[in-house]
Amino acid sequence: MTKAGVRAGTDTTVAAADAPAAMVGLPRRRGVELSLIVLAVLLSVYGYCAVGLARDGAVPPGAAGYGAGLGVLALLAHLAVRLRAPCADPLLLPVAVLLNGMGLVLIYRLDLETPGDRAAPTQLVWSTVGVALFIAVVTALRDHRVLQRYSYVCVVAALVLLTLPILFPAVNGARIWIRIAGFSIQPGEFAKVLLAVFFAAYLAANRTALTYAGRRIRRFSRMQLPTGRVLGPIVTIWLLSVGVLVLERDLGTSLLFFGLFVVMLYVATGRTGWIAVGLLLASLGAVAVGRLEPHVHSRVEDWLHPFASIEAGQGANQLAQSLFSFAAGGASGTGLGLGHSVLIGFAVKSDFILATAGEELGLAGLSALFLLYGLLVERGYRAGLSLRDPFGRLLAAGLASIVALQVFVIAGGVTGLIPLTGMAMPFLAQGGSSVVTNWAIVALLIRVSDSARRPYDARSAAAATEPSAHPATGPAAHTPAGPAAHTPGTSAARASSRAAGRGTPDEPVDTLVDKSPGRSR
Amino acid sequence: MTRHIRHAAVFSALLLAALLVNAARVQLVQAGSYDDSPANRRGSIARYAQPRGDILVGGTPVTGSRDTGEQLRYERTYQDGPLYAPVTGFASQVYGTTFLEHAGDGVLSGSDPMLAPFPLWNDVTHGRPPGGDVVTTLNRHAQWAAYEGLDGRKGAVAAVEPSTGRVLALVSSPSYDPGVLSGNGARAERAWARLNADPDKPMLNRAVRQTYPPGSTFKVVTAAAALDAGVVTDLDAPTDSPAPYRLPGTTTSLTNEGEGCEDASLREAFEWSCNTVFAKLGVDTGLAGMTRTARGFGFNDDAVRIPFGVAPSTFDTSLDRAQLALSSIGQYNTRATPLQMAMVAAAVADGGQVRTPYLVERTTRRGGATVATAGPRPSRRAMLPSTARRLRELMADVVREGTGTNAAIPGAVVGGKTGTAQHGLGNAGIPYAWFVSWAQGERDLEPKVAVAVVVEDGSARRGDITGGGMAAPIARAVMEAVLDS
Repeated sequence: MTKAGVRAGTDTTVAAADAPAAMVGLPRRRGVELSLIVLAVLLSVYGYCAVGLARDGAVPPGAAGYGAGLGVLALLAHLAVRLRAPCADPLLLPVAVLLNGMGLVLIYRLDLETPGDRAAPTQLVWSTVGVALFIAVVTALRDHRVLQRYSYVCVVAALVLLTLPILFPAVNGARIWIRIAGFSIQPGEFAKVLLAVFFAAYLAANRTALTYAGRRIRRFSRMQLPTGRVLGPIVTIWLLSVGVLVLERDLGTSLLFFGLFVVMLYVATGRTGWIAVGLLLASLGAVAVGRLEPHVHSRVEDWLHPFASIEAGQGANQLAQSLFSFAAGGASGTGLGLGHSVLIGFAVKSDFILATAGEELGLAGLSALFLLYGLLVERGYRAGLSLRDPFGRLLAAGLASIVALQVFVIAGGVTGLIPLTGMAMPFLAQGGSSVVTNWAIVALLIRVSDSARRPYDARSAAAATEPSAHPATGPAAHTPAGPAAHTPGTSAARASSRAAGRGTPDEPVDTLVDKSPGRSR
Repeated sequence: MTRHIRHAAVFSALLLAALLVNAARVQLVQAGSYDDSPANRRGSIARYAQPRGDILVGGTPVTGSRDTGEQLRYERTYQDGPLYAPVTGFASQVYGTTFLEHAGDGVLSGSDPMLAPFPLWNDVTHGRPPGGDVVTTLNRHAQWAAYEGLDGRKGAVAAVEPSTGRVLALVSSPSYDPGVLSGNGARAERAWARLNADPDKPMLNRAVRQTYPPGSTFKVVTAAAALDAGVVTDLDAPTDSPAPYRLPGTTTSLTNEGEGCEDASLREAFEWSCNTVFAKLGVDTGLAGMTRTARGFGFNDDAVRIPFGVAPSTFDTSLDRAQLALSSIGQYNTRATPLQMAMVAAAVADGGQVRTPYLVERTTRRGGATVATAGPRPSRRAMLPSTARRLRELMADVVREGTGTNAAIPGAVVGGKTGTAQHGLGNAGIPYAWFVSWAQGERDLEPKVAVAVVVEDGSARRGDITGGGMAAPIARAVMEAVLDS
């Protein structure tokens, strides 16, 4: 027993007495994660081989290298999780690896149709960058609550990133790219994570005020002034972001930011009234933009009448071609490499990548992909539910909502459910910024799920412990991961030692947590 | 907050459900209508993704496929394109398909469900089996003989096997190479424009899609009707017919090309193609008898498919007696395709039975396994067997010592009938030279081939245009080719 362990032990007496069973915590399941990762890599390699077999009747020459590359990336990510976030949710990383691997397969498959434009190698490089960022985040960010301190840095960075593309020329009608030394980056992608961090931090910090104000209004008067004061800054930031995006004609992302803001506001306050107001404003804005902006107007027209251009004798437009692709896939798909989604033409590897999945993997494969995203989102919300600090809860919910909304907006767009807005399918679509950002999102989810699934005593200790000047000697040095972790004593020691090494002041947060129904109560 | 996170999660679940339901709508419920959209190129891509099956003549393909490496990958090629064009038609990526390429398209393109090993197999595998082959009944030598015989002159030849109805030769001239229409580039477009603008109409299939006044060859039908009706009982008895013959109810007189037709017997009249005798015979037989017999031979049947459609040959059924007289010698509204006239000759050769003609012997999978065979075809009686026997005698006389001596083949029994059909306003057009015939080899138990030849454009002197002079040698060449093979 270390000194830290003893100290922690005294702190957690109540918790231990209340719920002794929780002392053990959830099983870590790192072995399960590794098996699933191996499965994900094998599935991707299988897809890669299937493309080659379908096209040339032979396993593609790069299959071994491709498998090794993806495998090494996945293993490194797994090692980072094993060493630095040993309690993290075991499903997050395999799902991300599988989605990224399938994305690479689909892009490689489409590359075969466009010999002059090979996107898969670049995508692999960006995936490597993404995994590197994942490892960096998991390794360097020891506790998600650290981010709370940097919330204003985040928001400034987000706004700068959002405004930067205005200085660069428009590409395909949207000013959302910046080009440096041959690389094009979409800063809006990174901005969404930064903005989620800021929203979470701000809402968490002002939650008591918001809640208190809300109650008072209902009890005494109908006035909402106090609320407005608290709400002012965040609404300003949100409006700024959305305004900039509208200027840049990045409507998909502005829709995403709107949805993210409303969801996080609701999760933080539970006030449906604000959501109603937000929806009303958004509808007004949408109608105005749809009327005035010809670009959006044509998208809405396409959505309402996808085959109008065919009837006019001008051939099928992109949405019609996309629908043809999905229809051609049917229930079981044409098989990898055997579809004709390339007929969609422009953006088939990015915005419309899902059409290739739909055609070649069929409704079965498409549903599987949707369920993988659903799993990712569900695991994010679950981490949020299990956490005790409002910032973490809001952050987890926000990140999960980003994935959910983005998948819905783009998948709904290409399948004709809602008007099409240009956005990248997380992990699947061609696009470096998108892949890197999504790996960052998964890294943050890994981090919060690690905190969420930490044994109860440790979590409580972490929440209750003041930040100490105690040098971070590193938890690994004290407690190697292993079967010993299942004995309560060791677990407490390990957890408390870790708690001593980090943590943030969270007094009001803690009281709030105690009021809310926790898992162990 | 827990409650609200749960709400957010439920909201996300609803979004997921909406995506799944919508995907099912697009991929299952509406897939059919999307697949059938004219703007959806997948049908064409699948269609041309594999080499097309072949059309076989005498065991060897007369078609082929060329890999272009383009989106519509395989293009059609043809060996001896002009020779077989009236049979194969063309398979163009722009202009569609015609004739056997059209009638056999399901098998050739691989989309025929019969090609799949099990029902619904194609739906499950999303693929289509390799294109099957269409095996024709054509006789390669007969086809060639007919084509060479026409030698670029406007005209057509049809030959059938009397005992079965198998089409042995189907030639139309002038012809064209269907291969020039195969692709979807500017070359095919130019060829299409050129062929359509050609005044000689090379893409017209004269053997089955063009009707001509049959002229004197129709006298075979008239003679059959007269014999069946009992108007004539003795081939050598005088027919009590004047020459010239005044058409009933008119002041118009009908004359003959040659002499000696007055009161001639049926044998003489047939041998020397006396118009007056047959006009009177038709009138004596009556409209009902003539119509019944013409129908029996296949006239006025608009549903003949071999398997592609054949233009109906016509015998007008509402005529006054003067019109009936003209119709009985193959003029007025009487029109026939060369194939129909070959069927007339075949009926005589086959004891009065008319076999439904067919051009496809069987269809096979790639590799040769049979998918479908021609099978037994309906046949119907055009005349009494005794009538057929007597007509064979008359036709043989024509070749032995009448107008059709040019068709005689040493060592074989050949029967024929010449025709010189007038047409145009006031008969201003150049006459069509006809010859219909059948032949039975020395060792054959029954006639092996029946042929009809029509030559549209004549030589300089109108008097030289006769069925015996121009058409009979072509018929002989075709018959020889069949008898020799």
